[in-house]
Amino acid sequence: MATRKTGLNSNIPDGPMAEKWESHKFNMKLVNPANKRKFNVIVVGTGLAGGAAAASMSELGYNVQSFCIQDSPRRAHSIAAQGGINAAKNYQNDGDSVHRLFYDTVKGGDYRAREANVHRLSEISRNIIDQCVAQGVPFARDYGGLLDNRSFGGAQVSRTFYARGQTGQQLLLGAYSALMKEVNKGGVTLHTRREMLDLVVIDGRARGIIVRNLVTGQVERHIADAVCMATGGYGNVFYLSTNAMASNVTATWRCHKRGAYFANPCFTQIHPTCIPVSGDHQSKLTLMSESLRNDGRIWVPKKKDDDRHPNDIPEDERDYYLERRYPAFGNLVPRDVASRAAKERCDAGYGVGQTKKAVYLDFGSAIERLGKDAIEAKYGNLFHMYQKIMDTNPYTQPMMIYPAVHYTMGGLWVDYNLMSNLPGLFVLGEANFSDHGANRLGASALMQGLGDGYFVAPLTVGNYLAEADLVDADTEDEAFVEAEEGVTGRIEEMLSIKGSRTVDDFHRELGLVMWDKCGMARNERGLKQALKEVRQIRAEFWEDVNVVGTEGSFNQVLERAGRVADFLEFAECMIYDAAERKESCGGHFREESQTEEGEALRDDKNFSFCSAWEFKGVGKKPKLHKEALKFEVVKLTQRSYK
Amino acid sequence: MGKKITLTLRVWRQQNSQAEGQFATYKVTDIDTDMSFLEMLDVVNAGIELQSGDPIAFDHDCREGICGMCGAVVNGQAHGPDRGTTLCQLHMRHFSDGDTLVIEPFRSRAFPVVKDIAVDRGAFDRVIQAGGYVSVRTGQAPDAHAVPIAKEAADKAFDAAACIGCGACVAACPNASAMLFVSAKVSHLNLLPQGQPQKDSRVFNMVNQMDSEGFGNCSNEYECEAACPKEISVQNIARMNRQYLKAAIKNEG
Repeated sequence: MATRKTGLNSNIPDGPMAEKWESHKFNMKLVNPANKRKFNVIVVGTGLAGGAAAASMSELGYNVQSFCIQDSPRRAHSIAAQGGINAAKNYQNDGDSVHRLFYDTVKGGDYRAREANVHRLSEISRNIIDQCVAQGVPFARDYGGLLDNRSFGGAQVSRTFYARGQTGQQLLLGAYSALMKEVNKGGVTLHTRREMLDLVVIDGRARGIIVRNLVTGQVERHIADAVCMATGGYGNVFYLSTNAMASNVTATWRCHKRGAYFANPCFTQIHPTCIPVSGDHQSKLTLMSESLRNDGRIWVPKKKDDDRHPNDIPEDERDYYLERRYPAFGNLVPRDVASRAAKERCDAGYGVGQTKKAVYLDFGSAIERLGKDAIEAKYGNLFHMYQKIMDTNPYTQPMMIYPAVHYTMGGLWVDYNLMSNLPGLFVLGEANFSDHGANRLGASALMQGLGDGYFVAPLTVGNYLAEADLVDADTEDEAFVEAEEGVTGRIEEMLSIKGSRTVDDFHRELGLVMWDKCGMARNERGLKQALKEVRQIRAEFWEDVNVVGTEGSFNQVLERAGRVADFLEFAECMIYDAAERKESCGGHFREESQTEEGEALRDDKNFSFCSAWEFKGVGKKPKLHKEALKFEVVKLTQRSYK
Repeated sequence: MGKKITLTLRVWRQQNSQAEGQFATYKVTDIDTDMSFLEMLDVVNAGIELQSGDPIAFDHDCREGICGMCGAVVNGQAHGPDRGTTLCQLHMRHFSDGDTLVIEPFRSRAFPVVKDIAVDRGAFDRVIQAGGYVSVRTGQAPDAHAVPIAKEAADKAFDAAACIGCGACVAACPNASAMLFVSAKVSHLNLLPQGQPQKDSRVFNMVNQMDSEGFGNCSNEYECEAACPKEISVQNIARMNRQYLKAAIKNEG
C-alpha cells in the first residue's frame, strides 16, 4: 500500500482494448517450470473460481493448498446456479462477437465496470466453453450433436450455454473433477470443513491465513507465497437471500480489516424471479432461473387487490407490465429493471398472493404454442422445484415470483491482475468487484468465476511470484501469533457472553434493516437511519447473544455467530457506500435520482468511479478512495431497453 | 397458508465419531406445514439454544436440493418419505399432526458420524480422486464443436451426471453399498467421447477405491434408486459392472 501514493493503480495494460490481454500475457514475468514447485499458493474457496484456480495452478506446477467450508469441495454455492453461462462463440450465427459480449456486459453493468477487465472476460469466454466440454460437462445439445444456446436477459443474441436447469452444478463438477485430478497427482492438498478467520500479512504482503477446523475446533496457521480468495459474495447480510446458508463475508471482511480495500459494496443484485417469502420461519429464498423469462410472461391484474384465481382473470384484465413498459426487450429486460418494475407494481397495490408481494410468471401461452413436453424438457427441474415448495402446479396455473437478493457485484478491490491493493492477495469470482459494474447480466457469474480461475489468476499469480521479493517466514512469525490470538480471543469472547437471544435472531433483525433501507430502493434518510440501527444491533449482539457449546467441537452456532458478527461490521461499509453514491445505477437505486418515468438516473459527471473503501476501525467511517472509470471504447448512454 | 401441527421427534444424538450415540426425544408444537424439514429443525434448535442446550447438528447449505450437503434418514427412509427430494426440499405438509419422526444420520462404516446427523462423506471425494475426471489440462481443449455428441448419448450422460453426491444411496442400501454413486460418476464420463481414453482405468480404479473405503456390495435391492433425490437409475450399476469386468480382464492380460 505504501508504494501507491496517489489513488489506486488499476494496472491496465496499454494498447488498444482488443490487444491488452494478449500483450499483457507476453509482458508478464514467468516462473521457470522447475521453480514453480518451490512456490506455495493458498486458495480459499472451491467454487467455480477457487476450484478452477487451484486445479490450474497445480497443473502449472505450484503447490496449492485448497480450503473449503463444506465437507467436500463439490458443494460450493456455484453449484446452485441454474440458467447458464455466456460465451461469445456465435454458434447461432446471430451476430454475436467478443465485442458484442463486451459491450452488452459494460452496458448491462450500467457503465460502472472496468472496460479492460470486461473485454478480457469476453475474450476468454470462448476458451471456457472449450475447457468445460473437454472435461465432460454435459451441456445441452441439439439433434445434430452440437451445443444448444438460449437467450438471457440484457442480450438480443443467444449466447448462453446451459445444462438443463443445473448449469452451475455441471460446471462445478467439471472444476471439481479437475481439482480431484490434481489432488490425486499430489499438487493440491485439500482442507475441507475449514473456515478462514483471518489473513496474515508479513512485510506488507499477504502470506497466510488462520482457519478454524470446524470438526475439532482447532485453530490452524497456514503459510504461503500468495493467497487467493474465492469466497463468494456477501448477499447474506440481508439474512434472506438465494445464497447458501454458509455463504458469508467473513473471509473478505477479514482481508479488508487487514488493509484490502472493499469496492462498491452497495452494488447488490436483486434477482427478479424468486419464490416469494411465505412466513417468519423462512430461512432462505429460492431462485427460479432467469431463463424462465424466455418463455414465461410476467403480469399482475389490472385491478388493485384482485383476489380472483389467476386462471379466472381474462387476458384483457392482465397487465403484462414489462412488455408494456419495455416493448423492445419485454420480459427479457436486465435483472435490475425487472426487479424494480415488480416492486413498483406491488408497492402500487397490484401485487398478488397472500402477502401481496408477488407477481405472476405465466407459461400458459408458451405451453399453448410449444406444448407441455417442450416446456418440460427445457425447465422440468425448475417446475418440479417450484411445485415442491409452493404445492401448486405451474403447468396449470402461473407461478408466483418476487425479487430476492441474489448476487453481489461489489467485493474486494482488485487491479487488472486480480490482485488487491494488498500485495500477494488475489481475489477471484464473486468475491472481487471488477467485471459486472452496478448490475450483473444473467449467465455472466459462471463465466467470470471460471474465467478468473482457469485463465487469469494462474498467469497473474505467476507474474507476481516471479517478481515478488518475499522475506523468509514461518508460522511462528509474530504476525501469525498475533492473528491467531485475535481469532481465539474473539471466539472466547462470543462464548462468554451467554446472553438471551439467538444468533439467528440478530441476523434476521440485521437483514430486515438492510432490506428495508439498503435494498431495492435507497434514500438518504433511510440510510442514515440504517446506520444507527446497525450500530445498535451490533452493540446488543455483543451484550446479549447466546452462543452455546464449546470452541473445541463441531459447533454450528459458533460458526454462525462469527459470520453474523462480521456482517454487523460489514453492513456499515455497505451503507456508507450507498449513501455516498447519490446517483442511481444498475442495482443501486437512489430514490432521489430517477427519471420522470421512474427509471434509474445515472450521474456520470460526478459518479463515474469505483469506490474503494479503506478500513479505519469498527464503527468508524472508512476512507473512500476513488478509481476513475475511463471509457475508451463504449459510449456512455442512458441505458434503455424500451 | 399452511396449518400448524405437533410432532414428536426422536433424534440421534452423538457427540463425535468416537462417542456412543443415543436417541433423544423432543416434542415440537406449532410447526407450520409450509416449512421445509430443515426449517422445522431450525425451530427446534432455536428452542434448544434459548435454554442453553446443545442444538442438533446437521449438515445443510444451499437448501435448494442441489449441493448434496443435507440428508438424514427419516422414519427409515433416506431424505424422508417424498420421492425424488432432498431433505431440504421436503416440506412438513407430508406429515400429519401427532406424527412421530425418527431422525438418524446416513449410516455407513465409510461415513463416520461427525456429530448427530452430520457425517463425513470424504470417501466419495477419494473415489473421485481415483479416476472421476478427464485428464485435460486448462488450455488444452479443442473447440467445443470439434466433437459432436449425439443428443441421446449426451442426455444419458447428463442423467448420470445429475448425481449430487449426497450419500442417500449408501444410507438406503442394506449393505451400505456406494454402487449407485460410483456408477453414476463412471457412466457420466464413460458415456461421452471425452471420457473414452481413460474409460478402463477410470472404472477399475474407482471401483477399487470404493471397495477399500469400506462400502458394502450390491445385492440388487434397488433401494438406492428409490432413495435417490435425483432419481439416478440402477442401470448405471449394470453398465459399470460390464465395464469393470472388461477392464479387469484387460488389466489381467
